[in-house]
Amino acid sequence: MLSKVAERLYWAARYLERVENTARLVGVYDKLLFDLPRDVNISWYSLVELNSATGPFEERYQVRSEHNVVKFMLADDTNPSSMLTALSMLRENIRTSRDVLPVESWEHINELYLYAQNNIRLGINRSQRHEFLDQIVCRCQMFFGMLSGTMSHDAPWQFVKLGRDLERADMTTRILDAGAAALQQANGDSSVNLRQVVWGNVLRSASAYMSYRRSVRLSVAGPDVAWYLLQDPNFPRSVAACLTQLKISAGKLPHSKALVDEVKEIDLERYQIETDADLGRDFRSYLNDLQIQICQLSNRIAQTWFPA
Amino acid sequence: MTMDWKAYDPNGYFDELIDAKGGVRPPARQLIQCLDSLPPEEIESRRQMAEATIQEMGVSFTVYTGEGTIDRAWPFDIIPRTISASQWRTTAAGLEQRLKALNLFINDLYHDQQILKDGIIPSEIILESKNFRPECVGISPPLNVWAHICGTDLVRDGDGEFYVLEDNLRVPSGVSYMLENRAITKRVLPELFEQDDILPVTDYCAQLFDMLKSLSPRDVRKPVIVVLTPGIFNSAYFEHTFLAQQMGVELVEGSDLVVDEKDCVYMRTISGLERVDVIYRRIDDLFLDPEVFEKDSVLGVPGLMRAWQKGKVALANAPGAGVADDKVVYAYVPEIIRYYLNEEPIIKNVETYLCDDPEQRAYVLENLDKLVVKPANESGGYGMLVGPHSTKKEQAQFAKLIQDNPRNYIAQPTLALSTAPTLVEQGRLEPRHLDLRPFILQGKETYVTTGGLTRVAMKKGSLVVNSSQGGGSKDTWIVASGEE
Repeated sequence: MLSKVAERLYWAARYLERVENTARLVGVYDKLLFDLPRDVNISWYSLVELNSATGPFEERYQVRSEHNVVKFMLADDTNPSSMLTALSMLRENIRTSRDVLPVESWEHINELYLYAQNNIRLGINRSQRHEFLDQIVCRCQMFFGMLSGTMSHDAPWQFVKLGRDLERADMTTRILDAGAAALQQANGDSSVNLRQVVWGNVLRSASAYMSYRRSVRLSVAGPDVAWYLLQDPNFPRSVAACLTQLKISAGKLPHSKALVDEVKEIDLERYQIETDADLGRDFRSYLNDLQIQICQLSNRIAQTWFPA
Repeated sequence: MTMDWKAYDPNGYFDELIDAKGGVRPPARQLIQCLDSLPPEEIESRRQMAEATIQEMGVSFTVYTGEGTIDRAWPFDIIPRTISASQWRTTAAGLEQRLKALNLFINDLYHDQQILKDGIIPSEIILESKNFRPECVGISPPLNVWAHICGTDLVRDGDGEFYVLEDNLRVPSGVSYMLENRAITKRVLPELFEQDDILPVTDYCAQLFDMLKSLSPRDVRKPVIVVLTPGIFNSAYFEHTFLAQQMGVELVEGSDLVVDEKDCVYMRTISGLERVDVIYRRIDDLFLDPEVFEKDSVLGVPGLMRAWQKGKVALANAPGAGVADDKVVYAYVPEIIRYYLNEEPIIKNVETYLCDDPEQRAYVLENLDKLVVKPANESGGYGMLVGPHSTKKEQAQFAKLIQDNPRNYIAQPTLALSTAPTLVEQGRLEPRHLDLRPFILQGKETYVTTGGLTRVAMKKGSLVVNSSQGGGSKDTWIVASGEE
């Protein structure tokens, strides 16, 4: 398989996962709007901060309002990680990899692209945002399902999986970070109820609520949610599960030892979480470290299979 | 939509579907019956469906503009163009005959040049052609075939006969649109395929693959075949990916390939270098190899010509094949067929005046307002003068161009290009001019597509069908209904 094609598929999968998870990330805050008492203010701007995008945001906007943040996250072409930017990068990568993908891929991605383009106002305005985000998540999953169900599970597929799981691990840390940030901002009024609402919505945004209830068998509490999304071995969006998948996919490709060793070095138990107090600033800085380690994995992938 | 076909007026041109008395030609009968049974709003909704389908299928082509390149949706007319299967059989035989002769001709030019020695064609025409490549002299490509893939433009004149307008032997494009047009029509007018006996077009990619495979220099069961594209900004990029995908081969760019010191070609893969046997290249000769041609081309692969000359890799089409699609050489093709095959040409050429010949030049200069003047080596409809549609000023410009460089120009009478009913505003059907580009393959065997790509000049009265200049296209049906 051509290195260049492998690289494009890897990035296509990353962008696909990024589109889906950006919708999920905005969904965390969107869901909070329904559940929080009106006097609790949540800072939408945290979404910009936890995506490390404060620079581009400040260049474009003066007011850190809900409207501006959501527009920036979903629609802005000046934001290199906005949903629509990721979607057009995804489309470009699919367009240039059509020769190794199932015939339907290109058509499918065009439908997704046209839907997002034509309905982006629904995402920016509040009234139908929930439906719009749901549609995006659903269509991304359909696309991935189509690939999974029709693509030969040979080398190209392993690169799709590498991209998906790496991006997913990264985005799961950001969804957790969104919860931690919301609580930090709402400080002073972080009653038990508020915490439950926030962590419950973090789980829902990761489509993890039901499986959390069933496998953790405790009520929703920050430390357990954090453990679940970081370390649960079975939930497919937990960081641990993503890392396991990375090792499996890499193992099916040539020259993968260095990458597998690096994945093994990531220690998810390094930061101990016992109470809600452990989910503050230190937790957020731990998540940041994880993101850096994930980024190093991506560099290793590039060095191994896509040397310039 | 009940059309009054008596009122449909092709203005004296040969119409593909409707005869001069307003009657429906036999191959189009089922089609017209079906159209007549659909209410106008239904036709409009099918048209919109086709548009949406094209967007979703992402069928597009790239246009170069001052502000960069734009990806445009493929302009498509939903009303198919029909041809009877019996007429097509003769035409296909003519196309095969033509390509066989052209390949013998090219091979002769790069070896003994017997046809020049015998005085059939003046030597200077060939030796001065900018598509004659001295680098190819003495090379014998696999099967002695040079032009493996040919796109020949056919037009129907007022008499209803097909004529060859030009042969494209370098990197002809359009076959993917032929296949996509059929895919769209099947979705938009599915009922027609139940009633009518429309011959399928789908086997082209399998035929292309087998032909390419037959060129492999290594005798292995699964030679490695790739499609070489200049990249995403090329106007035919859509087609390059389409063909690679359909054949299940890698689509590569120059930077993915490397030639080693033993003149073998490899591609860069995730497990290292892998040997390549056959390259279907969609890059012009001059960009193939910076060691030999354009020194600063980044599209090609350094050393590719060496590898090809030594027979370590097959290139389709072979470098130098373009010498035979020079428009001056075109004028000699009937002679070429007689010379090599000892047969009469099955399909006629359009009458052609060579500006290099003083007598013919004089005629051309006197009749610029009636003739179509073409440069010998351009494609895509660029640099042409369509006499009847031109201004005095344009005619004067061309007179000067011709006098400065007569070898570079030919002229042909303005053809009465045939028409076919085409959907225009408010659901009306009006005649629009069209041509046809079938694709012919030659490897161990020869193959002709069932029909080809029909291109339509969407503007009323226009004769220019190129998609880069406002042309559209239609599905082309070879209809066997009602035959023995």
